[in-house]
Amino acid sequence: MTRVSMKVNGKDVAGEVEGRTLLVDFLREDLRLTGTHVGCDTSQCGACVVHIDGQPVKACTIFAMEVEGADITTIEGMANEDGTLGVIQQAFQDHHGLQCGFCTPGMVMAGAALLKENPKPTEKEVRQYLEGNICRCTGYHNIVKAIMAASGQQVDPPAMAAE
Amino acid sequence: MPKDSGIGAPQKRREDVRFLTGKGRYTDDINVHGQLYVHFLRSDMAHGTINAVNTAEAENMPGVVRVFTGKDFEGVGSIPCGWLITDRFGEPMQEPPHPVLAQGKVRHVGDPIAAVVAETYAQARDAAEAIELDISELPVVVDMKAALKDGATKVHDDLKNNLCYDWGFVEENRDAVAKAMDEAAHVTTLELVNNRLVANPMEPRVAVGEYSQATDESTLYTTSQNPHVIRLLMGAFVLGIPEHKLRVVAPDVGGGFGSKIYHYAEEAFCTFAARQLKRPVKWTSSRSEAFMSDAHGRDHVTKIELALDAENNFTAIRTETYANMGAYLSTFAPSIPTWLHGTLMAGNYKTPLIYVNVKAVFTNTVPVDAYRGAGRPEATFQLERVIDKAARELGVDPVELRRQNFITEFPYATPVAVEYDTGDYNATMDRLLEMIDRDGFAARRQASEAKGKLRGLGINCYIEACGIAPSNLVGQLGARAGLYESATVRVNATGGITVMTGSHSHGQGHETSFAQVVADMIGIDENMVEISHGDTANTPMGMGTYGSRSLAVGGSAMVRATEKIIAKAKKIAAHLMEASEGDIELKDGAFTVAGTDKSVAWGDVTLAAYVPHNYPLEEIEPGLEETAFYDPSNFTYPAGAYACEVEVDPETGHVTVESFAAADDFGNIVNPMIVEGQVHGGLAQGIGQALLENCSYDEDGQLISASYMDYAMPRADDLPMFAVDHSVHTPCTHNPLGVKGCGEAGAIGSPPAVVNAVVDALQSAGKNVTHINMPLTPSRVWAAMQGA
Repeated sequence: MTRVSMKVNGKDVAGEVEGRTLLVDFLREDLRLTGTHVGCDTSQCGACVVHIDGQPVKACTIFAMEVEGADITTIEGMANEDGTLGVIQQAFQDHHGLQCGFCTPGMVMAGAALLKENPKPTEKEVRQYLEGNICRCTGYHNIVKAIMAASGQQVDPPAMAAE
Repeated sequence: MPKDSGIGAPQKRREDVRFLTGKGRYTDDINVHGQLYVHFLRSDMAHGTINAVNTAEAENMPGVVRVFTGKDFEGVGSIPCGWLITDRFGEPMQEPPHPVLAQGKVRHVGDPIAAVVAETYAQARDAAEAIELDISELPVVVDMKAALKDGATKVHDDLKNNLCYDWGFVEENRDAVAKAMDEAAHVTTLELVNNRLVANPMEPRVAVGEYSQATDESTLYTTSQNPHVIRLLMGAFVLGIPEHKLRVVAPDVGGGFGSKIYHYAEEAFCTFAARQLKRPVKWTSSRSEAFMSDAHGRDHVTKIELALDAENNFTAIRTETYANMGAYLSTFAPSIPTWLHGTLMAGNYKTPLIYVNVKAVFTNTVPVDAYRGAGRPEATFQLERVIDKAARELGVDPVELRRQNFITEFPYATPVAVEYDTGDYNATMDRLLEMIDRDGFAARRQASEAKGKLRGLGINCYIEACGIAPSNLVGQLGARAGLYESATVRVNATGGITVMTGSHSHGQGHETSFAQVVADMIGIDENMVEISHGDTANTPMGMGTYGSRSLAVGGSAMVRATEKIIAKAKKIAAHLMEASEGDIELKDGAFTVAGTDKSVAWGDVTLAAYVPHNYPLEEIEPGLEETAFYDPSNFTYPAGAYACEVEVDPETGHVTVESFAAADDFGNIVNPMIVEGQVHGGLAQGIGQALLENCSYDEDGQLISASYMDYAMPRADDLPMFAVDHSVHTPCTHNPLGVKGCGEAGAIGSPPAVVNAVVDALQSAGKNVTHINMPLTPSRVWAAMQGA
């Protein structure tokens, strides 16, 4: 067992982990931050996306030991200080961007990372950025709408007319 | 103008706040003090005889508490099947046992052989690798038609063969349909495959078993769409635990789509092992395990014939379907290709004679059961594809051919046993055509062709049947369960309400929409109504959520219970105002006496019910809590018309969905925002089936699509924005809300639209392609183009 310490959602935390302990398991089982989810075992679904030093990372692709000293943000750290929903969280609620809620933490974390690097993405850019996040409930329609709304943009209503 | 509260309002979902802040409570988020972890050693072989399972070394590994094998489950019940089909000769289906852990043989890749229980997951996994297996490989049956040949290897040695049943419907019509085929002016024939799919809710299955020595009670936390059904099946048939000593809790559940209806071996194992070991036992499925242990969906091979007279009226439909059951019968598997498929073969059309033949087959594959739509997508796909093919053969407009044959008068009794109460198929088609600018299609096709692409437009209709019922009828058809739903409405002294529903929400937003209904009926703020579900300890016996039944059946139970509440509250109000009960009116949360200015507030009445000082105790009991069970008299029949436009790259065969429009009739609507979301999700799953998804076995029975690297889930950039409309609504006539259900429509109606569109695109380039089997991958489309 190895001791690791890091900052999670602004708090200093530490724990004893095996070499093979994934960050997502450390967050869920040791810190009991169960908002970060595990939806696959091949780093495909994106339900476990967290921010490590500001970068979106699938927490199932990295060992807890590898983030020694890092600054980590999870879904539990995304609300405003007064406890109200942050801009992107609120957009997901306003636009029904979630149903069962299981992929949602990863979607919110990915969406937030996208808007940080590209504050005014096109609909196509949002869809391409979400390539690594699978949702089975929403058909992505309202997730795309929510992220666009969080960037202050609307999605053009779908029309069958010529592009 | 949309309403801003109550029935019809697009209320934002209250459950979202916890999901968006990481505070959801899914089953894997539950850790019980002292819990152990189980890892299942699963067969990597599709079929084999178990000679020996040597667990000695594994039992001595660090942290291992016990290793279980099939021997530990001798004398324990078999996992039951919930539906008995009677075949067309009047004989019961062949029904093999399904042990919790494999006994004697393994029958599919993923069949659990042993279970290692240890202090940590890692220890359980490590120890499983030390189990020595001696299994003799047997020949494998994967292909259904091969499995039915004389001399084929039997999946179950004790059965006559691999045929579960040979079902005919309506059997009495068999000869009349054959005669109509012979006499038809035109018969269009189509052979097709409805590809095997995996439901893939994003939350993998989890089970936590717990046992209290103090009370002799077992608790199972599980990812289920219907905790009461699990309690009944597991308690009564597998483990022999009476229901009053068994609690099943399905907390927040991360999607189901059918795959979390069934009672699974892992649930029984964790409950059993917790009783044996006197410690909680937890199992969390990996995604790889989910692919080889969650029930799969679809997997039909069908030949359909459509007969038409000289005026292009449909005169008869005949189908022959092979339906894969997999290696064991999952909970509702036998009912899917029969009563949920044959009964929908009339579609939206008045065809006087229909005969459906289904051969259900055992193979060395994962069990197959309901997946979003369940039987109805298979019926719709055949019918809407063969109609499109007929239109092309006859040189008529596919929309007009459909319109000509639409059912237009209701109620309408189909020749396949069901009676549609309401519908307006021309209205949804009209609405669709307004949405899609069909007249502009030629110009859009030209624009695509100018880019070197082919463009196609596919249009189709669908009908579905939701809220399977009534119980007495389905009992005659072989159901081993009732199909009612329940609700208890508990009004608290200070006026707030807790509704305990037997329905279950795993993404559908019941906590919001159900509260809208009750609040609207009483005229109080929705925030005064809380919806509780998912725990057998505090909800009345319910059948859960599947088949788009929750609002139509569960909502109706809730309405009935609320009506009882209102009736009793009026009695109390009449007493408080010294008026006649018949003169009491309830509006906006206040009781008034007709023709007077007398009024008492909702809260005054509820307080009087619990502090009955001034109260008609001689006439009514104190308290304000009512329960209702609602058993529907019929299915509901949502219907609609869908259109898909695709571009096909003729160089690569790659298909892109350029636009998709859905015009649905769901009857009355409680929350249009949630309804639209349900349609979006259904469309994505249907388009996924049509273009991307395929659960694939090789000839040795190896599952070669067992991860998201191999099974193509639809991703954000595979799909367009959708155009959805539900402005046509013919209310259901037989439930109190007039609702029909919206959960599966998108997945039912969309696959034929996509395939019709691709065929249309290829035909526009002069390719004589009449059908391509799903999924329409680039290689399949390209190959079809080369062969045509």
